[in-house]
Amino acid sequence: MMRAGDLAMVLLGVLATALAGYHVWPGQAAQRVRIYQEGQLYAELDANANQILAIAGPLGATRVEIARGRARVIADPSPRQYCVRAGWLQHAGDSAVCLPNRIAVTLEGDTPRYDSLGY
Amino acid sequence: MTASATEYTATSADVRVARYAALAIALSVLEAAVPSPIPGVKPGLANIVTLLVLWHHGWKEAAWVSGLRVFGASLALGGLFSPGFTLSCAGSIASLAVLAWACHLPRRHFGPISLSLLAAYAHIGGQLALARIWLIPHDGLIKLVPVFMLAALIFGIVNGVIAARILGNPE
Repeated sequence: MMRAGDLAMVLLGVLATALAGYHVWPGQAAQRVRIYQEGQLYAELDANANQILAIAGPLGATRVEIARGRARVIADPSPRQYCVRAGWLQHAGDSAVCLPNRIAVTLEGDTPRYDSLGY
Repeated sequence: MTASATEYTATSADVRVARYAALAIALSVLEAAVPSPIPGVKPGLANIVTLLVLWHHGWKEAAWVSGLRVFGASLALGGLFSPGFTLSCAGSIASLAVLAWACHLPRRHFGPISLSLLAAYAHIGGQLALARIWLIPHDGLIKLVPVFMLAALIFGIVNGVIAARILGNPE
């Protein structure tokens, strides 16, 4: 039932699928952390420089922790806490947006994955 | 009594195409009842019928069966001219285009499994291309490519094996 060409075709398919997965989901390491306050860039920091920052927003201070190439929002006054629950951001292109406190944290890699994001 | 202006006697090929298309539509409707973990990922059992027709009766009849199936299934399921229907069309056209080439592959080496796999990959290729151009014009769509490729791989093999089994034991 399985002919030689079929087997080759299946192997080709497995290879192509694996390659696609590898290329599309690279999980590029983050180099820098950008923090936005009220739509403006507030700070661009080295992702490997460990620190904790407090950024003032309309509702109060949002606390952001940067450690070992990762970043997270520790505490935020926004009611739904989506950015806190996003947990550690690890890959370039990941982001957490705290609304309505108007603070956003994004990770950047060596090459930008998109031109811009509007909040 | 004057004869009707349009008189048409169905050839045996017409009857055959109609029968196969009916079978394919039935399989599509049946398949729609099966819940899918990811929207858009379907086994595509009706493609087995297309493969059988292609193998026995050539590309032209397979294209007819496939086209009728796309129309018939969306009439039966109630999605005619919806985005889903358009995606279905794009997928079918892409796989028929690839099959038009692939059915000339030497049959000694390339059986229904090869055709099924090629058709499955072409199907998602056509669908994703249309989705990217028209429905979701954003490059983020590429993140879904491996998921759909994996589905095409699995269901391509499954459908191909089923078609090969049916073709292996004729009636």
